[in-house]
Amino acid sequence: MQHVIVGAGPAGVIAAETLRKKSRNDSIIIVAKEPYPAYSRMAIPYLLAGDVEENGTYLRIDANHFDKLEIEIRLNTVNRINTREKTVTLEKGPDLHYDRLLLATGSSAIRPPISGMDSPRVHNCWTLDDAHRMLSEIRARDRVVLLGAGFIGCIVLQALVSMKLDLTVVELADHMLARMMDHEGGKMIKQWCENKGVTVRTGTEVIAVTEKSNQLEIELADGSTITADHIVCAAGVRPNIHMLEGSAIDVDAGILVNNQLQTNVPDIFAAGDVAQGPDRSTGDQQVHAIQPTASEHGRVAAFHMSGDASPYGGSLSMNVLNTLGLITSSFGLWDGVDGGDRTAVCDTAGNRYLRLEFQDDLLVGALAIGLTQHVGVLRGLIQTKVRLGNWKKLLLDDPSLIMNAYLDRVQGTRA
Amino acid sequence: MHKSLLIDPAKCTSCLQCELACSFENEGVFNPAKSRIKIFEFEHGRKAIPYTCTQCEEAWCLHACPVEAITINEETGAKEVNESICVGCKVCTIACPFGTVNYNSDSGKVIKCDLCGGEPQCAEACPTGAIVYVDSDWTGYLRMRDSAVEQHS
Repeated sequence: MQHVIVGAGPAGVIAAETLRKKSRNDSIIIVAKEPYPAYSRMAIPYLLAGDVEENGTYLRIDANHFDKLEIEIRLNTVNRINTREKTVTLEKGPDLHYDRLLLATGSSAIRPPISGMDSPRVHNCWTLDDAHRMLSEIRARDRVVLLGAGFIGCIVLQALVSMKLDLTVVELADHMLARMMDHEGGKMIKQWCENKGVTVRTGTEVIAVTEKSNQLEIELADGSTITADHIVCAAGVRPNIHMLEGSAIDVDAGILVNNQLQTNVPDIFAAGDVAQGPDRSTGDQQVHAIQPTASEHGRVAAFHMSGDASPYGGSLSMNVLNTLGLITSSFGLWDGVDGGDRTAVCDTAGNRYLRLEFQDDLLVGALAIGLTQHVGVLRGLIQTKVRLGNWKKLLLDDPSLIMNAYLDRVQGTRA
Repeated sequence: MHKSLLIDPAKCTSCLQCELACSFENEGVFNPAKSRIKIFEFEHGRKAIPYTCTQCEEAWCLHACPVEAITINEETGAKEVNESICVGCKVCTIACPFGTVNYNSDSGKVIKCDLCGGEPQCAEACPTGAIVYVDSDWTGYLRMRDSAVEQHS
């Protein structure tokens, strides 16, 4: 049996390792596009901030890790998938046969279609190559505009502040972290950033960029102009599905997969940022481009590739983020459901916020700011659909009792 | 056979000795806020539950870590955070459905119970035997016994 895995991010690497655990004899090949040891994009901001060396971004520390497991990593690019022949066409060399194929091709940073965004003074912050370029071209005290204050934008923001830049954030949505935080929380985060000396312009967008005498004139939709040395673009990511053009594999936003992470074509699976798989909260198929989903998908896909038949309950949308020291997390259907109940407690002065969303007596979503202790129980309660019973009423009055509710309902006090 | 922490809430008096011992052993300060084991009180202190990582088989934290900072100590079975590798991304804190990995904003890293390398100080410090460190099959036996008692009571 020959397993071919396209992509050497967390989903691909964990799938390969899991396959090896399941079978000593199968051939396992990872086709990797980037000329680095398998690394974690999540760790790049910490590299920019100088918290870790480049090897601190590597997924596996031991340089011989993959050799020891007899997992072959081939530096190459997959250009086409030939589902009938069960081969992939590579950029260099002959086609590669697969018995089972895992598409873990990840996602790429997008550049909004704005004139001037092709300037060399515009940077993405997504790959190690991007990080190298930023570190060599951006100097302390440079004026930098960060485009996008979503999840990735806010992680990058932390790194840019560590690089001691003169920073302005421009975000199209009316508040920061629009996809993982409500208006109330977004306001708190914006105020926090401004108190730390970062200018944040929400509800406006860049409409044109012009490079003049080694600086950028950045025009905004509100009529104002910002002069800067660089733009760092964190305007979102898109699943890497271009190699599927002309193939029989169904795609939507990402590669559509079922509760075995299998595509519509037999023996082809997808995992991680590129996969549009079951969402545990809604039952719909969603792309959850987050680290916990990538690692979970990698394991689950490998189980099914090696013939293990237990179905997968789906990924839970969740995020955790440090925005200049303010810790934010979001879980599941944090914006609530029709006919559900909601409670929130907000301490603006203390920069703490907790919002819980219920359906019947189940927790279905949660938002937290300033919560660093036992935050995982929010996932536990949502994912395992714990009946809260009488605790729901107590939580509606005081959401901060969430840990007590968890212990009582899950662990049982038995005292 | 690995040993586990066996916790009996019925014996807990909420004296916080375990929290103090844990924070002193691991952080060098007597400060319950920095403890990896936590006492939760119910019914205005009439009941209390000591709570910490069970070193679960699934090891959600370990699998979610993007930089291999969490590994298994083969001697104790504990899932341990290597602070020099942890970048502080906190993904493990949301991945663990038991909420037993916490972010320490002072160090910028995460902390969790590591069984103190095989000599858990919480169990040493507990004056009532609410926390004991015993063979893992023994905790399984007691759980079975307790659930049998519950089912027949």
